[in-house]
Amino acid sequence: MEFFIISMLNGLSYGLLLFMLSSGLTLIFSMMGVLNFAHASFYMVGAYIGYTVAGWIGFWPALLVAPLAVGALGAGFERLALRKVHKFGHVPELLVTFGLSYIALELVQLVWGRTALEFRPPAVLQGPAFTLVHHAVDGLSLVWGAAPSGLCSAADAAVRVACSPFPATRGFMMLVALLMLVALWLLLTRTRIGLVIQAALTHPEMAEALGHNVPRIFMLVFGAGTALAGLAGVIGGSTFVTEPAMAATVGSVIFVVVVVGGMGSLAGAFVASVLIGVIQTFAVAFDVSLITLAQQLGVELSEALKANSVVKLTLSQVAPILPYLFLVLILIFRPKGLLGTREG
Amino acid sequence: MNMQHHASLALSSQATGATPQSLAHPGPEALVLREPAPRAAVAGEAHPHGSEAVPRRPSMTRDPSQTHPLGRWLVWGGFALLLLVAPKLFTSNLSVTMLSQMGIAIIACLSYNMLLGQGGMLSFGHAVYTGLGSYLAIHALNAVGAGTLALPVSLVPLVGGVAGLVFAVLFGYVTTRKSGTPFAMITLGMAELVFAMSLMFSEFFGGEAGVSGNRVVGQPFWGISFGPAVQVYYLIAAYTFVCVVLMFAFTQTPLGRILNAVRDNPERVEFIGYNTQRVRYTAFIISGFFAGVAGGLACLLFEIVTAEVVGAARSGAYLLFTFLGGATFFFGPIIGGVLMVLASVLLSELTKAWLLYLGLIFLFMVMYAPGGIASLFMMNLRVAAFGKLRQLWVSYLALAVTGLVALAGAGALIEMVYHLQLNAAASDELRFLAVTLNVKAVDCWFGAAFILLTGLGLFELTRRQFRQQWGRIQEEIEKDIQRRELA
Amino acid sequence: MRRDEHVTSVAQTMGAGAAPDGYALELRDLRKSFGKTEIIRGANLAVRAGERVAIIGPNGAGKSTLFNLISGRFAPSSGEVLLHGTRIDGKRPFEINRLGLSRSFQITNIFPKLSVFENLRCGVLWSLGYKYTFLRFLSRLQDANERAEQFLHMIKLEKKRDLLAMNLTYAEQRALEIGITIAGGASVILLDEPTAGMSKSETTRFISLIKEVTAGKTLLTVEHDMGVVFGLADKIAVVVYGEVIAFDTPEAVRANPRVQEAYLGSAVAEQQAEGH
Repeated sequence: MEFFIISMLNGLSYGLLLFMLSSGLTLIFSMMGVLNFAHASFYMVGAYIGYTVAGWIGFWPALLVAPLAVGALGAGFERLALRKVHKFGHVPELLVTFGLSYIALELVQLVWGRTALEFRPPAVLQGPAFTLVHHAVDGLSLVWGAAPSGLCSAADAAVRVACSPFPATRGFMMLVALLMLVALWLLLTRTRIGLVIQAALTHPEMAEALGHNVPRIFMLVFGAGTALAGLAGVIGGSTFVTEPAMAATVGSVIFVVVVVGGMGSLAGAFVASVLIGVIQTFAVAFDVSLITLAQQLGVELSEALKANSVVKLTLSQVAPILPYLFLVLILIFRPKGLLGTREG
Repeated sequence: MNMQHHASLALSSQATGATPQSLAHPGPEALVLREPAPRAAVAGEAHPHGSEAVPRRPSMTRDPSQTHPLGRWLVWGGFALLLLVAPKLFTSNLSVTMLSQMGIAIIACLSYNMLLGQGGMLSFGHAVYTGLGSYLAIHALNAVGAGTLALPVSLVPLVGGVAGLVFAVLFGYVTTRKSGTPFAMITLGMAELVFAMSLMFSEFFGGEAGVSGNRVVGQPFWGISFGPAVQVYYLIAAYTFVCVVLMFAFTQTPLGRILNAVRDNPERVEFIGYNTQRVRYTAFIISGFFAGVAGGLACLLFEIVTAEVVGAARSGAYLLFTFLGGATFFFGPIIGGVLMVLASVLLSELTKAWLLYLGLIFLFMVMYAPGGIASLFMMNLRVAAFGKLRQLWVSYLALAVTGLVALAGAGALIEMVYHLQLNAAASDELRFLAVTLNVKAVDCWFGAAFILLTGLGLFELTRRQFRQQWGRIQEEIEKDIQRRELA
Repeated sequence: MRRDEHVTSVAQTMGAGAAPDGYALELRDLRKSFGKTEIIRGANLAVRAGERVAIIGPNGAGKSTLFNLISGRFAPSSGEVLLHGTRIDGKRPFEINRLGLSRSFQITNIFPKLSVFENLRCGVLWSLGYKYTFLRFLSRLQDANERAEQFLHMIKLEKKRDLLAMNLTYAEQRALEIGITIAGGASVILLDEPTAGMSKSETTRFISLIKEVTAGKTLLTVEHDMGVVFGLADKIAVVVYGEVIAFDTPEAVRANPRVQEAYLGSAVAEQQAEGH
C-alpha cells in the first residue's frame, strides 16, 4: 500500500517536472510556432547555473537567480539568432534551435567539465518530507520528516515494519510545479499581457496591427519559456543528477509529451506529462517479465523460451521506451494528441 | 556573408501562396525558403496573406534542368572517373578508408535529402534505417560466413537495403501520418525507441559489444576477396555510383516531381488528384531502401555494428551535414557526405572543440546561407555565367582574409579554454597554428581576443561592402535577363 | 497503367457521365457548423452540365466555405453533395478530384519552386494515369508534356515556361492557378474569386481567358465584381447566411426581392416593390 502511495507521489513529481519543461515548450510553440529543440539544453544550463550560484550565495537565491539568468540567455538567443530566421519558416527555426543544442552542450561541458556534479539540495530539503510507516500490527501511519530509527524496526523480529520515505526534494518539486502552473494560468487569463499573448497566439499579425510590439512579446515569451526550463533545471538538477547527459535524457521525453498531449495544448501537456511520469515510475519499480507472469498463471515455459531475451525482459527494463511506445500508439489511434486542437 | 537575401530553403509544409520575400532557386530539386505559413489552427482558416503583387526577384529564376545533354554526360562521366581514380591519388590506408566512408556517407545523405530537400520532411531519425540496414546486413554476412546463406558478399549491402525498405514500410506508415514539425518529433521519438530497444534485445543487437562479422568469406571471385581496403573501396564506389544515378533518376520521375510539389504546397497536391500522405509514404520507403544500402556497405567496411549506428547523434549528423552541403540542390548532400567524413575523422583529431565549431558553423549556415554550400556555389556559378564574377574576386579575397583572422582569434580562445578545462594538469602550453600559447599568460588571452575583435570588425566592414556589390551585380544580371527576353 | 485517351482537344471532359436527372453538381440541404456556429445552414443547389454559375453574396455568407465543402476540404456536418449523381460529401479532396471536380483558390496556391511548365505538368499527371510511378522519366511522357504545353499556351504563359512560379507577377500567378485547376481535365470547375486583386484591365483580359479555357465545362465561380458576374455567368446563385436564397438568370436575380433585401436592406426592397 505504502509502495503504491510513494510510487504514485514519485510518479506525480516526475510528471510535474516534465510538465514544467513541456509547458515552456508548449508556450513557445503555441506562441511562435517554433519547436525549441534546445529546450532541454536550457534545462541543463539552469541546473549548472543553479549549481554555481548556489555555491556562491545559497540555494534559495539561486532558485530565483538561475531561472532569470537562463531566461535572459533565452531572450538573447531569440533576439540574436531566432529572429533572423523567423522569415524563413518554422523548420529553419527548428534547425537553429537544433544547432543551439549542440553548442549549448559543448559550452556547458567546456565550462563545467564532463563529469556529473554534486548539486546538493539545501539542508531543509535533504531527507524525507514524510515517512510512511507500515507496521504489521499497527497498520499504516505517517511521520513527518524522517522516521526515528526506533520506529522502523520492531523489537519482536516476527513483526514486519516497513518505512517508506518520500524525499523532500520531490515534494518541493511538486510544490513548485503546481505553483508555477497556477501562476501561469493566472498570468494568461487574468493579466493584460496574458490577453495579448493569447491574441498573438493565433493572430500575430493582427495583434501587431493593434499596436502591440509582437517581436518584443515573442522575445519575452521565449525568455519566459526558457526561464521555466531553467527553474525546472535547478530543481531537477538538485533532485536527480546534474550532468551533461541530462539534456538528452529528458529532451526526447518532453517532445513525446508535447506530441502525445496535442501540440499547442497546455492542458494536454499536463495530462500527458503526469500520465507518462506516473506510468514510467511505476514501470521501473516492477521487475516482472513475461516469465514471472507465466509463473503466476501456472504456465510452464520451455528452456529455450525462457532464455529468449524478449520473454526475459522485465517491465523495469522496458520502462525507458514506454513514452515512445505511447507516442506510436497515440499516432495510430489519435493523431491529434490527447487534447490537441491543431492539426500540427 | 549575408546571403539570406539570396539563398533560400523551403522546408515549410504548410500551404500558402507565393510571398514576396522568398527567393528562387533553380530546378525541380531546388528548395526555396518561404515566409512562415499562417498558423491555421483549424484547417481552412482563411489565409491572412491578402492578394499582393509579387515583385520579380533578382536570383536564379530559371529551371536549370533544361541543360545541355552533353553537359550531363560530362558531369556523370567526370563523377565516375573521380570515383575510379581517387584511391590512386590518395593512396594511404587512412585515405582509402576515408574515401570508402565518403561513398557510404554520400548515399546516406542523398537518401536523407530525398526526405528533407525533395519532400520537405525534416527527419531526426534517419539513422534508424541506415543502422537497421547495417544490423541486418551483418547478420546476413555472418550467415554467409557460416554457410547458411548462399549470397555473394558483394550483394550483402542489398540485404541492408531490403531491411531499410521493410522497416520504412513498418515505421513509415505511422511516421508519415503527420508533416512538418510533428513529423520531425515523431521521427525523433521513433529513433529513441529503436535506440532504446537496441539496448534491450541483445541477441539481435549484440548488446554493448555490438555484432561483428568478417567480410572475407567464401571463395574469392576473380581474386577479389574484399580483404584489402582498396577492393572494398571499389565495391563501395560501384554502389555509390549506381545509387547516385538511381536517386538522381528518381528526381526526374512523376513521383519525384509530385514529391517536390508536396514539399511546396502539400494541400494543393490533394486537389490535383494525389494523396499527399501516400506520396510521402512512398518516398519514405524508397529513401529507407537507399539508407539501408548505405548501412549495409558500412557493415562491410567496418565489419562491426554497434548500437550507436541507430543513435540520435548519427541522425543529427545526417541532418547537419546534408543541410551544410545544401539541401536545395541534388549534389548538395554529396558535398555534405564528404564533409561529414572529413569532420568526424580529421577535424576531431585536430581539435577537441570540433563539435562546438560544427554547431557554430551550422548555426551560421541556417541564419545566413540556408541553401548550404551547394547554393553558394550555384549562385556564384550564375554570376560567372553572366561574366561578372571577376568583379567580386577582390571582395572575396578580403572576406577570406578577414574571416580567417577572426577565426584564428576565435580558435585560439576556444582552444585555450578547452585546454584549461581538459588538459590543465598536463601543461600550460599548447600549440595552435604553429604558435605556442600559454594559457596562464594574460597577453596570450588579450592577443587572441584582440585578433578576434579586429578580424570581426574588418570582416563586418568588408561584408557590407560585399553586400552592396553583390546587390548591384544581381540587378545588372536581372537587367541582362530582361533584355534577352525582350530581344 | 496509362489511360488510352488520345488528347486532341483540351476541352476534354473527365467522367462526364450524366446523372439520371442530368445535374452535374447538386447540393442537398448542406449544413456545416464550426463548433457551435452554423455557417452553412441548409444550402440547396442544382447545376446542370455546361452551366456557368456565379456565386455571389455578402461577405461572410459562406461562399468559400461552400467551395471547401464541395471540394472536400471540409466534410459537411450534414446534407449531401452529388457530382454527376455520385455522392462526394465526406470524401477526401483527391478522391473528389479524381471523380472530375477541380477547384482554384482565392489565395494563389501554386507550387512556387517549380517552373510554370512543371506546375502544369503536375496538374496533368494523375489524369493521365501516371499515379505514383517512379519507373518512368518525365521527359519521356509525351502525352503529359504535350498536354502541359497546350495549357501553357492556353493561359498565355509560353514566354515564362521555365520561370519559377514564384517569380511571376500576380496576374500571371492567378492565370497559372487556373491552369493547374483545369489541367487535369475535370468537367466541373470551381473558381474562387479568380480576379481578386486585379486591376480593371487585367480583370477584363482574365475573364475572356476564363471563358476560353472553361468552354464546355460546368463552371462555378465566386465573384464580387458584378461586371464580371454579368459578363460570365448564365446563372447566378445568391448565398446569404449560409443559404442559397436565389438561383436564376441574372435578370431574374436582379429583380428578386429577397436578393434586394439582402443587399440593400428591406426598406429599399419595399420601395422597389412599390415602385413596380
